[in-house]
Amino acid sequence: MEEEIRPLPKFDYFSPHSLHDLSTLLKQLKGGISFLAGGTDLLVNMKKRITIPKVIIDINRIQELSFIEKRSNNIHVGSVTRLNNLIESSIVQENVPLLTEAIRFLASHPIRNRATIGGNLCTASPAADAAPPLLALNASVKLKSPDDEKIVPLSEFFVGPRQTVRKHNEILTEIIIPCEKGSNAFMKLGRRRGFTLSVVSVAAFGIIKGDKFEDIRIALGGVAPTPIRAYKIEEMLKGVEVSDRSIEKAAEIAKSISKPSKRAKRASVEYREAMARVLTKRVLMKIAFEERG
Amino acid sequence: MKIKFQLNGQPVEAEAPIDETLLDFLRNRLRITSVKKGCDLGECGTCTVLLNGKPVRSCLLLAVQIDGEDVTTIEGLSKDDNLNPIQEAFVKEYGFQCGFCTPGMILTTKALLDKNPDPSIEDIKIAFEGNLCRCTGYDQIIESVLRAAKLIKR
Repeated sequence: MEEEIRPLPKFDYFSPHSLHDLSTLLKQLKGGISFLAGGTDLLVNMKKRITIPKVIIDINRIQELSFIEKRSNNIHVGSVTRLNNLIESSIVQENVPLLTEAIRFLASHPIRNRATIGGNLCTASPAADAAPPLLALNASVKLKSPDDEKIVPLSEFFVGPRQTVRKHNEILTEIIIPCEKGSNAFMKLGRRRGFTLSVVSVAAFGIIKGDKFEDIRIALGGVAPTPIRAYKIEEMLKGVEVSDRSIEKAAEIAKSISKPSKRAKRASVEYREAMARVLTKRVLMKIAFEERG
Repeated sequence: MKIKFQLNGQPVEAEAPIDETLLDFLRNRLRITSVKKGCDLGECGTCTVLLNGKPVRSCLLLAVQIDGEDVTTIEGLSKDDNLNPIQEAFVKEYGFQCGFCTPGMILTTKALLDKNPDPSIEDIKIAFEGNLCRCTGYDQIIESVLRAAKLIKR
C-alpha cells in the first residue's frame, strides 16, 4: 500500500557556505542530521514519514562540493555534482563513459537537474543506478568528518539496504574514479523504458586480448541488499576464451550469487534472479562484440 | 526565514517557513496557482518551475533554497496580453485538454528550446520524461513543441 503524503515535519535548517563552516556546525550538533543535496529522495521520504530528521544541513551552497576534474589518471567528482552536469561533462564522457551511460536513464530529466551523484550513493538504494558502474570502475569515495578524512573503496561503502559505512558526522565529499581503457556495457531493466526505477541493472568493464578475457569487472544492482561486485564471475572469466559457453557460464553465476530481498517491491525474487542472468549475458556479449568487432 | 529572489524577472522579498516546499510557498503565500500540486513526490511534473532556467520540481525543493536564485513560472512567459510563441503553438496544436499539466509542459518546452532550438522527437521525449499528461496521449504535445520551435526561429 502507498504511504500517505503529508506536509513536511518540523526540523532545524542550516545552510553552510563552505566545508569549514560545515565542520564547525557538525562539531556543535548531536545527531538526527540529514544532509540535503538534491532532495529528490529526502523530501519524498520526509513527506512519507520514512525519515524524520531533527536537523537538515543543506549542502547545496557549498561550492567546493561541485566539480568534475581529471587529476593524473583519476576523475574526481564533487558529491553535490548534479547528474545532468555529469551526463553533459566531456571529461566524464571521454574518460569514464560507463558512468554516463548508466545515469543517462536514471529517474527523469528534471529530477537529474537536482539529484546528485553523492546523494545517489549515500541513499544506498539496492537499485541505485550510479552504483554498479562505479563499482565496476573500482571507484572510491572520500568521507570527511570534522577532524578526519578517509578514502573508502566503494566496494566497502554499502552495508545494507539504505545503509552505508558513513557515520552521522561524516560527509561524502568526492568520488574518485580511475581511468582505464577498455570496453564498457551497462544495461538496466525497469518496468518501462523512460523514468523508471531499475529492477535489475548490470555494469561491466572489460579488456579482451586476442580471443581471451584479460580482465573483466562486473557489478549488479537490484539483486541483493546492496549493489554488488560479482567477483566470482571475474575470477572465472579471467584468461578464459570468449565464447558463448564461457558467457553462458558467467550468466549462470550471476543468477546463483543473486540474493534479492523477499520484501523488495517491483519484482519477485525469481524474476530478479532470472533477469540477473539475462542482463549479465547481454552485457558480456556487448563487451565481446565491441572488443573483437 | 526571510528570502529574496527573482520571480519572473521581478525581485521578491518574502517570509518563508523553513518546513515549507517551494510548491506550497508559491501557491499559498504568493498565490501563484499555475504551479499545480499533482503527486507532491516529483513524479508527475505539474509543479515544474524553472530554477535559473532549468526545469525542476517545486515539490522537492524547500522555499528557503531559492534565496538569491531566479525562478520562472508560466506567468513569466507572456508579455502584456501577448502569448509567448510556445503558448501559441500549444493552442494551435491542441497541446492540452484539461490543462492541469500544461504550465509544466510549457515551462519544460521553454527550457528545452532555450538550450536546443531544433530538437528531434527523441530529444523532446527525453525532456518530457517526467511530465505526465492523462488526456492527450502526448502526440499533440510533441507537435506543439515542434511548432513552437518553428515559431521561435521565424
